[in-house]
Amino acid sequence: MTNKYSPEFGQEELDLLSRLSNALSVSGDEQEVREIVYAELQEFKDSMHTDAMGNVLVHREGSGPDRLRVLVDAHMDEVGMMLTREDGDGLFEFVVVGGIDPRQLVGKPVIVGRQHVPGVIGAKAIHLTTKEEREQVLKVNALRIDVGLGGSKMVEIGDRATFATTLQVLGPSLRGKALDDRLGVFNLIQLLKNAPDNIDLLAAFTVQEELGLRGAKVAAYHFNPDIGIAMDSTPANDLPHFDSEVNTTHNTKLDGGPAIYLMDGATIGDRRLIKWLSETAEAEGIPWQYRQPGKGGTDAGAIHKTRAGVPSVSVSVPQRYLHSPAGMVRIDDELNTLKLMHAALSRLDKSILKSQEN
Amino acid sequence: MKSDELLNVLQMLVETPGPSGSENLIRSKIEAEIRDHVDEVYTDALGNLIAKKGTKTEGGKRVMISSHVDEIGLMVTHVDDNGFARFIAIGGVSPFTCIGGRVVFMNGTHGVIGMERLDKDEQPSLAKLFIDTGATSKEDSKVGVGDVCGFERPFVTLGKRLVAKSMDDRAAATVAIQALKSIENTPNEIYFVFSVQEEVGLRGAITAAYGVDPEVGIAVDVTRTGDTPMGVKMEVALGKGPAIKVRDSSFIADPRVVNWMVDEAKAQGLPYQMEVLEAGGTDGAAIQRTRAGVPAGCLSIPCRYVHSPSEMVDVDDLQQSVSLLAGLLSKAITF
Repeated sequence: MTNKYSPEFGQEELDLLSRLSNALSVSGDEQEVREIVYAELQEFKDSMHTDAMGNVLVHREGSGPDRLRVLVDAHMDEVGMMLTREDGDGLFEFVVVGGIDPRQLVGKPVIVGRQHVPGVIGAKAIHLTTKEEREQVLKVNALRIDVGLGGSKMVEIGDRATFATTLQVLGPSLRGKALDDRLGVFNLIQLLKNAPDNIDLLAAFTVQEELGLRGAKVAAYHFNPDIGIAMDSTPANDLPHFDSEVNTTHNTKLDGGPAIYLMDGATIGDRRLIKWLSETAEAEGIPWQYRQPGKGGTDAGAIHKTRAGVPSVSVSVPQRYLHSPAGMVRIDDELNTLKLMHAALSRLDKSILKSQEN
Repeated sequence: MKSDELLNVLQMLVETPGPSGSENLIRSKIEAEIRDHVDEVYTDALGNLIAKKGTKTEGGKRVMISSHVDEIGLMVTHVDDNGFARFIAIGGVSPFTCIGGRVVFMNGTHGVIGMERLDKDEQPSLAKLFIDTGATSKEDSKVGVGDVCGFERPFVTLGKRLVAKSMDDRAAATVAIQALKSIENTPNEIYFVFSVQEEVGLRGAITAAYGVDPEVGIAVDVTRTGDTPMGVKMEVALGKGPAIKVRDSSFIADPRVVNWMVDEAKAQGLPYQMEVLEAGGTDGAAIQRTRAGVPAGCLSIPCRYVHSPSEMVDVDDLQQSVSLLAGLLSKAITF
């Protein structure tokens, strides 16, 4: 293969991923990430548009004969919170948007609204709590976001909020919020900038994935692709078991490389595409792993059921502590995911759909 | 209708493994069985086998018949150092019907299902079960993460009752195949869809219906019965004829389709039963909500012990269902 693509993670990449990760882009209000995507992809401005739901869709045409039309998807939204009622004194009641464990909320600094007004999800100080109180999980409706009196004029009911975490490099790892799915967004930007010519790359930066794959449904309908691939992030439950029992439910492991999906709650991966990805990884010497079959879902769940059907698969970067104030990933897993996607797309042709292995 | 041929087709189908997402083997067997009886047969993007028969002439409609060819099964999630495989369910699998059961993988490997020791009063769950393929180590195991197996149980006849795994929905696929063979002249353009991934959410029928774009649709599927000791309260019984679905928890059958089926059963003098199913869904729901909407119903085969490895149907119900379906499709559809 000529022009082998070897992505690196230098200052420029760190800067882009930091902006993506630190952005406030909770489902239904993805404007901040949308703006970053537009700014990064100015060279595609004539083939890029925002659809009725807010998905950013880019049609990058290849040049070879007989090209497959390949939808590659990454969602721009993140789980977070929405202000629902003001209690006065800068305190706001809120609801959770998407799946967040309520135990993750208490005591966390947050940012609220387009202006990133700082706040905190407060709770009674330990000095004032009883033993019984400390053993209870505080329910979301008992919690408030406190933006202080000054800030309250700068936020409104309906504003989204997210954790006030900024991306940090920790040796070989990255720690940050919303890496689900800003890593996918980052990778899709890189794939467009380095797109192989043998395919038509139909890039969908989608909205509202965390609320039920809503954006991907209409994005896939628009593109009507031959193949669909969702790039996402999936939990790594690979912590040591202290009773030395075998961990049969790790889902994925850090340092294991890109995780290829077999089956989740929303999709049974197309066997031909699973094989294509794993064989590419083997041929290119890229570490890879299966994501253990299980629950959950990615945008592939919406894509594959579109129109008369789209063979689909998902690839994820393994991540510890998903949907929390701070997730943890390995830089190598992220780069290997990008490398695998690029190598796999570069070798893709129509013969893949001729076999009947699915 | 020759009963031997129906039984032969049924036995061939129920003894072929094909859990959701792994329908390639069952698809190729059905394709071979029907190829000479249809105008055109093709496989769509998700793996649905679609056979077209007839050309639309005056009074005819474009009709979709959907019987799903996937079955419930298991997928391996982990193989430990001693070769024991952990798994998750594909579709609705109860741990109670797994224990002591046998499975066969798509690569031909056989296995038995064992269970961890349970605490007193603990209920079995799939997480406590494992498949023993006879492997002595992880390296020795012929199955790995992602490998798929179906339940293994031979086909037996008990008088008029027929017992096998995957009667859901191979009994209905058999009805569709035999009806397809018996139709000689029709004003309708009929698409027989042998759909995939029904057990995980009607997924194949969703895309097949979009592709076929029918004017009317009928799912053929099994339904539960209320005729076993201390069973669910339900009117449908084995041996009392095809069941005409009025509703289940996935959709309300179009009343015009219900009446069309009732009228045809009466015209042929066939016994039939009205079916109101409290929990369960079929491809009919997927067809009904396709594009701008499609009148849809469901012809149900009464079946005991659904989603167990020993599902039971009645041979008379099957034959009458073939007559009913063939009769419906051979004439102009007037509603």
